[in-house]
Amino acid sequence: MTTMNETETRPAALVTGGSRGLGRAMGLELAGQGWPVVLVAREAGPLDQVVAEIRARGGRAHGIAADVADKDAVTAIVGRAAALVGTIDLLVNNASALGPVPLRLLLDTDCEDLERALQVNLVGPFRLTKAMAGPMVLRGRGTIVNISSDAAVEAYPRWGAYGASKAALDHLGRIWAAELEGTGVRVLTVDPGEMNTRMHADALPDADVRALADPARVARRIARLVEEGQGGGRVAVRIEDEETDGGAR
Amino acid sequence: MRAARTYPARRDDVRLLVVDVPAASVRESRTTRLPALLSRGDLLVLNDAATVPASLQGGTATGQAVEARLIAEDLERGAGHFWAVLFGAGDWRQRTEDRPPPPAVSPGDRLRFGQLDAEVVALSPLSSRLVALRFLNEPAGPDALWAALYREGRAVQYSYLAHELPLWAVQTVYAGRPWAFEMPSAGRPLSWEILLGLREQGVRWASLTHAAGLSSTGDGALDAALPLPERFEIPEATVAAIADAHRGGGRVIAVGTTVVRALEGRASAAADGVLRAGAGVTDLRIGPDHRRRVVDGILSGIHTSAETHFALLAAFAPLELLEAAQRTAESRDFTTHELGDAMLVLARRGPTG
Repeated sequence: MTTMNETETRPAALVTGGSRGLGRAMGLELAGQGWPVVLVAREAGPLDQVVAEIRARGGRAHGIAADVADKDAVTAIVGRAAALVGTIDLLVNNASALGPVPLRLLLDTDCEDLERALQVNLVGPFRLTKAMAGPMVLRGRGTIVNISSDAAVEAYPRWGAYGASKAALDHLGRIWAAELEGTGVRVLTVDPGEMNTRMHADALPDADVRALADPARVARRIARLVEEGQGGGRVAVRIEDEETDGGAR
Repeated sequence: MRAARTYPARRDDVRLLVVDVPAASVRESRTTRLPALLSRGDLLVLNDAATVPASLQGGTATGQAVEARLIAEDLERGAGHFWAVLFGAGDWRQRTEDRPPPPAVSPGDRLRFGQLDAEVVALSPLSSRLVALRFLNEPAGPDALWAALYREGRAVQYSYLAHELPLWAVQTVYAGRPWAFEMPSAGRPLSWEILLGLREQGVRWASLTHAAGLSSTGDGALDAALPLPERFEIPEATVAAIADAHRGGGRVIAVGTTVVRALEGRASAAADGVLRAGAGVTDLRIGPDHRRRVVDGILSGIHTSAETHFALLAAFAPLELLEAAQRTAESRDFTTHELGDAMLVLARRGPTG
């Protein structure tokens, strides 16, 4: 039977913030492992490049240009994704906003910058999870990964908007996990550590990039956490720990 | 009866008319009480289809207004092909019966919906308003087509509603793949509070996907032919859960007529009448003479006796009891349609029991 819904070979993954940094690396890693992936990002140009890169490597990928902070976009994101890849078993809430760039003291932070950080880092993941965890619970299987930060735990000056939004995301993840216990859907909060990404450069332009982790290696570790299929919780990935990285290239 | 014109304050808290066939009783309850109304060992089967924004406003090449409401994918012609019902000028605010007819179209004609072009490929013998469309999205392929449908389309809705329905409002809480062109609305009052409460009670749930089409077109000949053949997919796990429920003496409760059609249609089409997992298309029309093989009860909306849904209920309950339910619903001012009150018909176990 030919239909416009592609043949559903296996459950798929949806990754937000998929055009750059860790999101792009997650897309490449998951697709390399055989997951059909849907990448969501605001800018179509860089997103299309990642999709083309995955397809060139023989993977299955689709791009949806949308803003996860846009309330009206969420139902369409989830509907389009399911139309293209069918059942989605993995949601990676990776898209993040730093707040004011350069980073500012809270006393100098515009209210709009705090609101934007909360919309992208907290409310967007809530809406997407709400829309996507339902069918996962129905099937009794699925994983939600929220990308967090050590700024969610440590009170770093100038990281107020970002840190507060990620701390709220962490707690939201704990409550999701408590409510979804026994349903087969788990919630994993991952602190990926400091990575060599554009976001890091925006936040700390003078950082020594040699000390920063390669997002591809972090993505491999997160994909392994997903595959291992054990319970949820909060995990801090630190890439200098070569042994658990399983031989980095 | 009145149609509900807007959402209830809480999606899962509406009135529920319980038609108990073995007890020959009709009583009023609430959807929040569903866990208490079903028993350990019962199985609820849900249609997990998400609802596509299936109403497209546009025009012909000569600028005449036309609305297309997608009703089914055109599986014979394949990717990018749909069956659609055409309407003339206007939108959901007019009753479908009062809409001017669409401009006459012929195969080869072009239609344009916002930035999305389509070609009329064929007209149905059922009605010249039922047409096979091929979307001509640029670039070709499903990515751009679904982007365009979600950009240009709106949820299908009818004139009894007081306001436009956003797309999220026509999704169930467990909606997955977008196969439905109109909301499978029997599941609308179900919340996770209710579903998880049912499970705590020992009631299990299972799902299937059924491509619900349009419920009304305003075209007499076409409405008489509804529902058109609809495609479905029934997972192995659901077939196993149904067998388990029946083995343990539990009832299989379909949430909505789409679930009844998928399960009974699939089983009826098999030479031995046994339900098997898989994908298919059903044209089964269910009425009082239908011999149920799978489903022992149905949760649905409130329907008037003129609707085909009502005929389907007659496969579950004797006509006198349905008429008594109808009188109760009328005298107590139950509300109809997709945002309205609900009805639970618990039948005697079918022959499989």
